[in-house]
Amino acid sequence: MSQSTKPFGTLRSIGGRIRAPFEGPNTTGNSTAFWVVFLGAVGFLMMYPQMVNPLVLGDTTRYFALGFLALSLCLVWGFGGILSFGQVAFFGVAGYAWGIISINFASATGMTLGIVGAVFIGTLFSFILGYFMFYGGVRDVYVTIITLVSALVLHTFMAQTAGSQWVIGSARLGGFNGMHSEHFELGIGSTGIVFGGTSPDPILRYYYFVVALLIVTYLALRVLVNSSFGMTMVAIREDEDRTATFGYNVPFVKLVIFTIGGALASLGGVLYTAWGSYISPSVFAITFAALPVVWVSIGGRESLIGVVGATVAIEWMQDSLAGTGSEWAMVIVGGLLVFVILVMPAGVAPQIERAGKWLLEKLPPHSDQQAGEPTSKQTRGDD
Amino acid sequence: MASIPLFSGYDAVILAFQFLESFAFIALAAVGLAIIFGMMGVINLAHGEFILVGAYGTALSFHAGLPLPLAMVVGVTVTTIFGIIVERTIVKHLYDRLLDSMVATWGLALALSQLLLIVFGSSINSIGMPMGSVSVGPFSRSIYQSAFLPFATLVLMGGLYVLFTRTTFGVKAKATIEDPETARAMGVDTDRMYLATFALGSATAGLAGALFAPTLGSIQPDHGSLFLVEAFVAVVVGGPSVILGTLSAAGVLGLTSGIFTFFYDTFAGRMALLVVAIFALRALPDGITGYVEDLRQKRREQA
Repeated sequence: MSQSTKPFGTLRSIGGRIRAPFEGPNTTGNSTAFWVVFLGAVGFLMMYPQMVNPLVLGDTTRYFALGFLALSLCLVWGFGGILSFGQVAFFGVAGYAWGIISINFASATGMTLGIVGAVFIGTLFSFILGYFMFYGGVRDVYVTIITLVSALVLHTFMAQTAGSQWVIGSARLGGFNGMHSEHFELGIGSTGIVFGGTSPDPILRYYYFVVALLIVTYLALRVLVNSSFGMTMVAIREDEDRTATFGYNVPFVKLVIFTIGGALASLGGVLYTAWGSYISPSVFAITFAALPVVWVSIGGRESLIGVVGATVAIEWMQDSLAGTGSEWAMVIVGGLLVFVILVMPAGVAPQIERAGKWLLEKLPPHSDQQAGEPTSKQTRGDD
Repeated sequence: MASIPLFSGYDAVILAFQFLESFAFIALAAVGLAIIFGMMGVINLAHGEFILVGAYGTALSFHAGLPLPLAMVVGVTVTTIFGIIVERTIVKHLYDRLLDSMVATWGLALALSQLLLIVFGSSINSIGMPMGSVSVGPFSRSIYQSAFLPFATLVLMGGLYVLFTRTTFGVKAKATIEDPETARAMGVDTDRMYLATFALGSATAGLAGALFAPTLGSIQPDHGSLFLVEAFVAVVVGGPSVILGTLSAAGVLGLTSGIFTFFYDTFAGRMALLVVAIFALRALPDGITGYVEDLRQKRREQA
């Protein structure tokens, strides 16, 4: 193929070298077609704010913030085999932590450091819970239950913090009514840049901030799952006992996966709270805890891009239906979940990949441009 | 009031009632889930909504003019039929996929509680609590909730015990659980046994809903998750044995919740229950009955 176009061949090998760490058996989309479409999608995301009004852009930013939550469950469940119903616990703890920090240190420096601090608190919580479970030999369905119950404990606790005694510094936790944080600012000293709020400009900046973080996170996760540590993760998912027999420290690996997942969920929680300058105990409720499982199951639990796509698609569908006053969103989401589990247990992404491969084989081999077409359906959901 | 000491005789009686109420609530909510989990290894996360179907069936037929006991029968029947439909369409395909069955039934739960909201609105009218109340010093407790429900719980458990140990159904069901291949070879229609067990679990969920209906006040479509959590926690704390597990877990959790509710408030009671459940799972991964079984095994080996 590349005989006729020598310079193009060198370009390819450079591209191949850059691509190498991002590719491997544990991720879908290891083809040139995928990366062409991926770059196209990134370009589209950069242009996207020009096409929509600030209100829509704000909603889209929220979907992407929730995408971190989906990625965290995708890593923990899809690659680590640990079905956690409690990712929202870390999400919410970090969200509350950021809110409290932003109220008490309402400066650009305070809030920037607050991101680090809040993610650290959420991550520490996941580390402690993970240590408690995995070094105690808790497995399978019992992990699922402990994680869910942890979220529900937080829900019960936060719901009763309405009284005036529940104050941290100058932040009132607010019980069921939730807590209003400050508008998000990034910077050091007096050189803060305001993100979020209601005027178009900060919304635009916040959008780019979240999208850039999401793309970096996605690529970093691709590297992680295709690394040798990623292989160990998948080995444990496939057969825990056998992996232990080979001398791997299974509780340790699980703890690391769970903690990374907790960090991702925490980051999502901070971005989510900063997005609306608001957080309430409903993030710990069972209906919210169900959502990451829905996104990940439908998107395809072993496809990082699939779960982000599913998150955006499902949240967009919910918002659109709610906008028309329809109450059917949850019925559709629940029905979709049952349907996917029964008909395509691995989720939608592998189906799309298979369809893409099938089309690639059908098409004449030279036209890369056209080969990109089928997979673009997959990324269209992400827009 | 100032003359009442910190913990009077009345308090002891009230605490006892509090315990009985929590115990009955947890045991009734859990037993249907325990049957389906213990016998079939499927965790039905729509269990809370199954209970809700029983409560709706009871309340709606009561408001339509049926006497309460008959309305309860309607509630149980509706839930059983509903369970059979769910088994045939969804659960049947997921018997050897535990995590998938959890996720799929969770989807069912989301859809179901929203459907109840769409069809019947944000709440339906309450049924008055039957049987009146008894007064203990300055307090008053409902007889139905504090005495009848615990009694009904014990009767139900006794009935299930007889069903599982003394009838052909029980023997066949156990054989199916232990070794489906051999059971089939011995002429047991395992497919039908699974259906029957699921229907039995659904019927007990419906019965729980029917019995809870008068105690709930107005019945709301989001009550399902409330039942589910208590049931879920009790089943895993109880362990593999359906009846003993449910009873012992409901005892431990009911005591915890009762004490904390009494000395603090319902928030504290609920939180204590959940926290105890987390530590119990960590300490006894196979639940209380699993732990007891383990001990017995060891003793047998030593002997």
